[in-house]
Amino acid sequence: MSDSRSDSRSDSRSESRSDSRSESRSDSTSDDGGAAGAPVAAPVARPPSAMERLSDRGFTGATRILTWGVVALAGYIVWEIGGHALPAIREYGTGFLTGTEWDANRQQFGILAQIWGTVYSSLLALLMAGFVGLTIAIFLTQGFLPRTLETTFRYIVELLAAVPSVVYGLWGIHVVIPLLRPVAEWLHAGFSWIPFFSTTLSGPGMFPAALVLAIMILPTVAAVSQDALTAVPHKMKEAVYGIGATRWEAIVKVIVPAASTSIFGAMVLGLGRALGETMALAMLVGNSNQITLSLFSPANTLAAALALNFPEAGRIETQALMYSAVVLLAITLIVNVIGAAIVARATKRLEA
Amino acid sequence: MKNGIAIDCRLDALYYGDFLAVRDSHVPVESGSITGFIGPSGCGKSSVLRCFNRTNDLIPSFRFSGNVYFQGQDIYHKSIDPVSVRRYIGMVFQQPNPFAMSIFDNVAFGLRINKYKGEVGARVEQALRQAALWDEVKDKLKKSGLSLSGGQQQRLCIARAIATSPAVLLMDEPCSALDPIATRSIEELMLELKTRYTIALVTHNMQQARRVADKTAFMGVDISGGRRTGYLVELGETRQVFEEPREELTREYMRGKFS
Repeated sequence: MSDSRSDSRSDSRSESRSDSRSESRSDSTSDDGGAAGAPVAAPVARPPSAMERLSDRGFTGATRILTWGVVALAGYIVWEIGGHALPAIREYGTGFLTGTEWDANRQQFGILAQIWGTVYSSLLALLMAGFVGLTIAIFLTQGFLPRTLETTFRYIVELLAAVPSVVYGLWGIHVVIPLLRPVAEWLHAGFSWIPFFSTTLSGPGMFPAALVLAIMILPTVAAVSQDALTAVPHKMKEAVYGIGATRWEAIVKVIVPAASTSIFGAMVLGLGRALGETMALAMLVGNSNQITLSLFSPANTLAAALALNFPEAGRIETQALMYSAVVLLAITLIVNVIGAAIVARATKRLEA
Repeated sequence: MKNGIAIDCRLDALYYGDFLAVRDSHVPVESGSITGFIGPSGCGKSSVLRCFNRTNDLIPSFRFSGNVYFQGQDIYHKSIDPVSVRRYIGMVFQQPNPFAMSIFDNVAFGLRINKYKGEVGARVEQALRQAALWDEVKDKLKKSGLSLSGGQQQRLCIARAIATSPAVLLMDEPCSALDPIATRSIEELMLELKTRYTIALVTHNMQQARRVADKTAFMGVDISGGRRTGYLVELGETRQVFEEPREELTREYMRGKFS
């Protein structure tokens, strides 16, 4: 108590002193300069003006409005889609999720095959993109190449993200599928007892779709993994190399584990992109509602089915499609929430 | 091995890119003792220490001319694999840098990469005891090494470095990130460790060198030519370097005229 009082007293004293000094300066600067031996710079501190306060408040308000605006927009989209889907949800209930028939004429709607296709193609794509993306990220961050070459390669990998989805689709149809066909035939001929190769590749199908999808999400996975690996503190690298680890040991045992949570985040981000990818899949997956492990059989995904069925959908089918959209939204949401939860838990475990 | 030379550093020039960072520093490090490196910042004392186990090789622009002899071998010879050098010459860094894994795994890391066939647990305990950390962590060996305090982390790093019983232990300002109490315990530890290991210690704290080092190397900065190049000014018994320096520059530094 006494401390604060003496503080305030000394404060007021120093204030009055500075006041008197500024007065004396305004009276005659030469006097002041003479007394101090050299001209003393005038104090420049002043409280923010009303205008500055106002603009600060305005800025804070604007950021708040815009932030909440985004949240509101997301809520509004869910609300609208949910509203349009409501009749279908009432009509078909959970049977919609377990049915495999999509027949607009008989008003039979079930999306299990699309859900299966969405999840299967995305996981396959993630498996490939995750492996290749992490390898690329390691190769481009751990000093295997000269700096300039590293940067060049990074740009090239990132350029993959700039290729439009429909171009990937065309490339898939005209290049990937013809290339894969002989391989698929051979695998089917020799190993048809393995469920993955139980059918031949007749044209569009699960594997070409997943392969192209993998290339599409590769830049995301690689770029975020690269950031994660570059973020590993230099001192940790020094420590592991300093103890005499080979590059392989250092990368596999220390550097990648240290970046593992962010790398996992990269995977979730890639999976999220794969789940929602539409155009290339609509062109490549074959649009046939089948549930099979076979990599070469045609399949369908939620996003592709939505894109392809909307143009000709009547009122009832549109409601069913809205229901599918809600399901797709829910899947991506669940994936992201689970991903975020795992990242949060891993971070906690790493630090505590 | 008493009073033999563990590492004979004959550094002629050390470059980062085109920048000559250190020149003409010949320092023999005696086994079974502590050799301290002191000098103003930028004198290259850390750079020299990092030549002793080729940690500098991690910096792409690093170039070195000279020889560093360890057990009669020039470790900068073309035929020498820097990885194997680092397995015999351990290092403790300025910042505590435990791995993001359990305390046990941190200490066992060196044993595992060397494919140690014996009882890993016993070696880990022994290393932690030597690093004066065992009593504090024996009940939480499975906890992350990052959960420890700064001083404990640094002792963990020392335990990690000595678990494989390297011939030489390099310490690069091991106390600069620590408070005085932790510093004191690390210094006591160094005095104890020198009975088993040869230690080369870089420190910005002159008093620390005086307290623990047997020999002291004083390095200066040559600013002639417009660039800052470090070089060895004087090397001798710690007491002699501090109290009766042969060089005027050393005398001025000891009196605190520059740092």
